[in-house]
Amino acid sequence: MWIFLMSDAFTFSSLLIAYGTLRHKFGDSWPIPGDVFHHFPFYHGEIKLAYVGLMTFILIMSSVTMVLAVEAGHRNSKKEVMLWMFFTIIGGLMFLGSQAWEWYHFITGSEEGKMIGGKLIHGANLSINEYGNPLFGDFFFFITGFHGFHVFSGVCINIIVFILVARGFNDRKKDYELVEKVGLYWHFVDLVWVFVFTFFYLI
Amino acid sequence: MSETATIHADAHHSDDGGRGMRKLIWKTFWILLFITVGEIIIAFSSIPHGILKLIFISLTIVKAYFIVGTFMHVKHERTQLGYTILLPFALIVYFIAMMMAEGNALHFIREVIEGIK
Repeated sequence: MWIFLMSDAFTFSSLLIAYGTLRHKFGDSWPIPGDVFHHFPFYHGEIKLAYVGLMTFILIMSSVTMVLAVEAGHRNSKKEVMLWMFFTIIGGLMFLGSQAWEWYHFITGSEEGKMIGGKLIHGANLSINEYGNPLFGDFFFFITGFHGFHVFSGVCINIIVFILVARGFNDRKKDYELVEKVGLYWHFVDLVWVFVFTFFYLI
Repeated sequence: MSETATIHADAHHSDDGGRGMRKLIWKTFWILLFITVGEIIIAFSSIPHGILKLIFISLTIVKAYFIVGTFMHVKHERTQLGYTILLPFALIVYFIAMMMAEGNALHFIREVIEGIK
């Protein structure tokens, strides 16, 4: 598991390093993340970075429930493992929903838009970006998409393990190593988000 | 895979029914939350951007330390496993240093050729 996590960490490092390099190259036209991500549900003003802060909170919280599930597994308490894993799955789904919301607002963009090359442009896709350099959009979609897909796989694996636990798989094996392994993966996803959050949204 | 499961035998799990571990988990959670909220608050302060970057990167490494150390329990594993996992990332640090220099050089070339400031 650790070998897999390390290779995955190298992949994410490379992606973030590529982001950093091109950001240095195009520093003059790079958008300021705080100006791009300032939407918040049910609120029409601008609160910069609040939503992504909430997403970070959700993911850290789900990491806590996961580690509590692992801890309950050490005491062979099936009921508690199931309870905490359930909360972890809910947290993962909430994070995915938040990310979809964030993407939606980035893609549709602001109401007033921006004139680029004589055309009024709203939002961003892989080739245009009203906020600045299109490369920002490319990296945003690729890195957060890649991370989001990790979260999605994590939720799927969590659901599988949850069902296995519910059917008594771990009671027969007399240990909860399976929960421990999926926990490692889940914390890794949380760890990657901590770095994405810093390099994408804060700096 | 046995390395990942060695935590069973740890001392802080043995007698108090995991209470100490749960306390540690929640403590770590509060630290992580506190750092994240702090980061968002100082993002809008008037600290110069260069220093702010340094603060963010160091706080991120602090957060990573707590996640890897406590949640992924590397702190409670054998020391050799910790080194095996962490040392290869020295290469990543080197990679970062190289590529940032590369990015600055590319920016300099654009300044010269395209006259961008």
